[in-house]
Amino acid sequence: MNQRNPAISKGIDWRLVGLYLLIVGIGITAIFGATYVEGDNVITSFLTFKTDYSKQFIFFILSVIIGVFILVTDSKFFAATANLWYAFGILLLLLVFPFHTEIKGTESIIRIGGFQFQPAEFCKIPVCLALAKYLSLNETDFSKTKSQLIAAAIAILPAILTILQKETGLALVYFSFFLVMYREGLPSIILIIGFSVAALVVLTLLLEKNTLAIILTVFAGLTAYSMRRQIKRNKGLLINIVLIWALCVGIQRFGVPFIFKNVLQNHQVERIYSTIGKEVPVEYLKGYDASTAPSGPRMNTADYNVKQSKIAIGSGRFLGRGLLKGTQTRYDFVPEQRTDFIFCTIGEGFGFVGSMVLIIVYLALLFLIITVAERQRSTFSRCYAYGVAGVLFFHIGINLAMTIGLAPVIGIPLPFVSYGGTSLLTFSILLFILIRLDADRQMVIR
Amino acid sequence: MSVFNQSRSYIVRLIFLVTFIIISIQLFNLQVLSSKYKQLALDNAVFPKRVFPPRGIIYDRLNRPILNNTIMFDLMVTPTQVRGVDTAYLCRLLEIDTAEFKQRIVTSIIRNGRYRPSVFEGLLSPEKHARLEENMWRFTNGFYLQERPVRTYPYNVAAQILGYIGEVDSGIIARSNNYYIPGDYVGRNGLESFYEEILRGQRGIQYLIKDNKNRLVGRYENGEFDTAAVAGRNLRTYIDVELQQLAEKMMNNKVGAIVAIEPKTGGILTMVSGPNFNPNDLTGSDKQKNFARLTLDVSAPLLNRAIKGQYPPGSTFKPIGALVALDEGVITPSFGYPCNGAYYGCNRPVRCTHAGGGHAANLRLSIANSCNAYYTHIYRLTVDNPKYGNVKVGYAKWKDYMNAFGLGTKLGIDLPSEDNANIPDTSRYNTVYRGSWSSCTNLTLGIGQDMMTTTPLQLANAICLIANKGYYYTPHFVKKIDDETEADTILNKYRVKHEVLTHISDDAFEEVISGMQDVVERGTARSAAIPGINVAAKTGTAENYRIIERKRVQLKDNSVFVCFAPRENPKIAIAVIVENAGYGGTWAGPISSILMEKYLNDTLRPERLKKVEEIANANLMPSYLERLQYIEDSIRAFKWFEMTNDSAYLKNYVLIERSGVPASLPTEEKWPPVFEWEAILPKEEYFKNRPLV
Repeated sequence: MNQRNPAISKGIDWRLVGLYLLIVGIGITAIFGATYVEGDNVITSFLTFKTDYSKQFIFFILSVIIGVFILVTDSKFFAATANLWYAFGILLLLLVFPFHTEIKGTESIIRIGGFQFQPAEFCKIPVCLALAKYLSLNETDFSKTKSQLIAAAIAILPAILTILQKETGLALVYFSFFLVMYREGLPSIILIIGFSVAALVVLTLLLEKNTLAIILTVFAGLTAYSMRRQIKRNKGLLINIVLIWALCVGIQRFGVPFIFKNVLQNHQVERIYSTIGKEVPVEYLKGYDASTAPSGPRMNTADYNVKQSKIAIGSGRFLGRGLLKGTQTRYDFVPEQRTDFIFCTIGEGFGFVGSMVLIIVYLALLFLIITVAERQRSTFSRCYAYGVAGVLFFHIGINLAMTIGLAPVIGIPLPFVSYGGTSLLTFSILLFILIRLDADRQMVIR
Repeated sequence: MSVFNQSRSYIVRLIFLVTFIIISIQLFNLQVLSSKYKQLALDNAVFPKRVFPPRGIIYDRLNRPILNNTIMFDLMVTPTQVRGVDTAYLCRLLEIDTAEFKQRIVTSIIRNGRYRPSVFEGLLSPEKHARLEENMWRFTNGFYLQERPVRTYPYNVAAQILGYIGEVDSGIIARSNNYYIPGDYVGRNGLESFYEEILRGQRGIQYLIKDNKNRLVGRYENGEFDTAAVAGRNLRTYIDVELQQLAEKMMNNKVGAIVAIEPKTGGILTMVSGPNFNPNDLTGSDKQKNFARLTLDVSAPLLNRAIKGQYPPGSTFKPIGALVALDEGVITPSFGYPCNGAYYGCNRPVRCTHAGGGHAANLRLSIANSCNAYYTHIYRLTVDNPKYGNVKVGYAKWKDYMNAFGLGTKLGIDLPSEDNANIPDTSRYNTVYRGSWSSCTNLTLGIGQDMMTTTPLQLANAICLIANKGYYYTPHFVKKIDDETEADTILNKYRVKHEVLTHISDDAFEEVISGMQDVVERGTARSAAIPGINVAAKTGTAENYRIIERKRVQLKDNSVFVCFAPRENPKIAIAVIVENAGYGGTWAGPISSILMEKYLNDTLRPERLKKVEEIANANLMPSYLERLQYIEDSIRAFKWFEMTNDSAYLKNYVLIERSGVPASLPTEEKWPPVFEWEAILPKEEYFKNRPLV
């Protein structure tokens, strides 16, 4: 047993630790670049912990300390307590409803003294653990629909609670756990259907209602025509084609408008339309009154953030303007530039080269986690590793895409880089548990 | 375990890779391919602040500054920062109420946004500035005083010559190829406008950093890209500021103009247009108010009559007519005309002030006695000269002479919007008289009447031509520009001698000048004599017609006077016109004489000082002005009433009957009135004491 051999360094994959330190280092530098005020004494402010970069530094130290604790914990502890953690996470999410403090439109934060805590952020860890635990159970046969539904429910329950706290962005993160399920044998057809629905939604927004309906009809007709031989033999096929066609048109004509009118909030609608570069249709705006609205093109407030963010990143050119030299980030043109839009500081300060370095480091980290996952003997560790990879990938991909105008603005942080204590701690704990599990990769953990 | 799905790890990696490649492509697109973002970032954050150098100063001939730069103060406000300010106290200091205070804050926010400073009260009067300066510590939240360079005029003179500085309008911006931007100040009118490019210097640019709320937070790249401002250059003029002061004093309460030129150089020593105003009125806090007052005044104080007024020269034209006749050879100096009190050569007689006694027995006598018959006669001789065969050809020749004398054409003075007045050409007479006219038709041209008009400047310049015996320099104010270089071509045309009439013999000039000297010594202008100095002069009493209320009304004659001195070595030539003042020798003559004496002797004799006061205190403003002012004001009040239904102003102009209904507001049936003012001018008795003439 490992407890008798307390060399905690044994089995640790130092490459993971190295990449972790590198990215956190880049993060603190970027926060420094975004928030340094001319004339600050850097050393004093690091010691007094009054500035954002020094606060982030404390959270880094704290993360490392917790990381060491995790590394000295028995790896079986995580599998054994996974369900307990999950129950605890859900309880925290439920506690938010009576005890939340409203800050900037979100209802997901609990405040205890001067300390703010966001359960929705933290809850990724229990979900990741619980999902891995469920998938690694001997009695789970993941080829059965029932098991697939249970696994999906584990991930989606906290997502629903998070949506109810008006944190749609954080809720979307839970869908990244489908990556784990996919690896564990979720039929490809589900992912294909998922992607098709997504594509259909995007097309609905981009194209004229009737144009899209005609395209769908023509497409269905062509499919039926090309499959006419099979259809002769099997009438059910035609019925399937008609049903799929009806479903698509239904989503396009009624489903999407319903969601935009009744589910999404104004700022979310605006952000989505801002990404595709179109004006928001009036019927999607709640409380819009044509008689009181100003004339002329409607201002899309979501545009400003993305525009300034693109200007900041674009102005970095190839080599960047240098740390603290970027006017966009130095003079607060980019909103939320130390948290969600931290990538702007890197893009402006270090240019294309700097941005590519960060992206390659991230890619290396993700690839390494997949490699680590595949060498695990226990299903639990592998599933957990895939969970971590999925969460990180989702955060990185969406965050970068939104800063450069490829995705709607969803307020999720860039892992290890964005300013924010909960975020840094959560990601660190996720990664350190993985390192701990990996250290015992020859063991079968249940 | 679950190794059967291991291939899916490659698909997962592929998904990661593809996503990151898409992101990288977009980054490449933003950062490497597209160059606009760098510029957009600079536009966002770098504010090119224009640094205005001090404007050039204008000096007189003895290097006394006619205008100068001084600092006034604007009270600036940054709306977001106004917190915990004792507004009531501030309002008391500024003499405004709190409603006005709020209104101004709102205006500032609309104009400049709430984060940027705007002018709360511009160009504080010295008293207000002193009061604020003392109490500024109370208002440091949101308020501060900002220096503003403005013009000041230490001698309070030469308003119409100097022009003023005002904000650019869209026309100026377009003409300057967008050198100016809205809000810039530029010379408007006068020397300020004509020498704008010299006076303004070269503007510098300071690159400053601004933040997301448009607050300026520092220098961009430590001022590496800044360009320094180059100060405007000073102008040295011919103006004699003391002479100008004296001339303006004498034009007080008079309509007319004075132009004094140094004949040898064409340098203008003095130029006055009456009525006048104090140039300091158009700087400082009451600028807008004063400008409105001057604009609405029907006597048009903003009009420079010296270059824009068109006056018939009357008898002052006679020396010119004599020179033309002599040069054309139609008379000799000994030519005499037997005048019996009028010229009867044509259908209507032209009256003369003298009768018989040989008062026009030769050229000299005719000038000294200002014989109308003589000059009517020689005009006819000139244009009916047989060598031209035809009055139209003869008249065209005569007109060429007039233009050579600089009459009826723009001279090209260094002021904007000079008028060319009028020497009608043959086609004009052809149109008016349908082609059939003779020298009888326009015979009063010979005595400077008929359709002929000149500006006072042209008249003074023509006298220079006589004094110089045939040449002149284009009249101008600026002698030189400080640090003048080859590139400054603006003054070149004023250094060219125009020898246009040197073909007229010196004898002819001598004869005419002798006649003009006789005018002073024993003719119509004895009051203009200066002991010890030979003065040549000519009086004029020009008929003065004006269209008032759609009627051509003959008003009191204009008093005209031209002169130069000393005869032997002319140093000053003057033309004076006083509207509505009667004989040339009564008002214009003494004014000219006093100016010459002051300029040549540098002092005035005690009896002359008394005369100056007498002239300055005389009010010769034509009475029709008051009537016109009433009409203009009442029309404006009426229009205001029509627009706003506010009868506050109109009440001053209409009789109110007991019912409270204005007695003579236009009714539906009576609408529209023939003249708008007819409808609102019932007070016949008001005009009883204010006749047209």
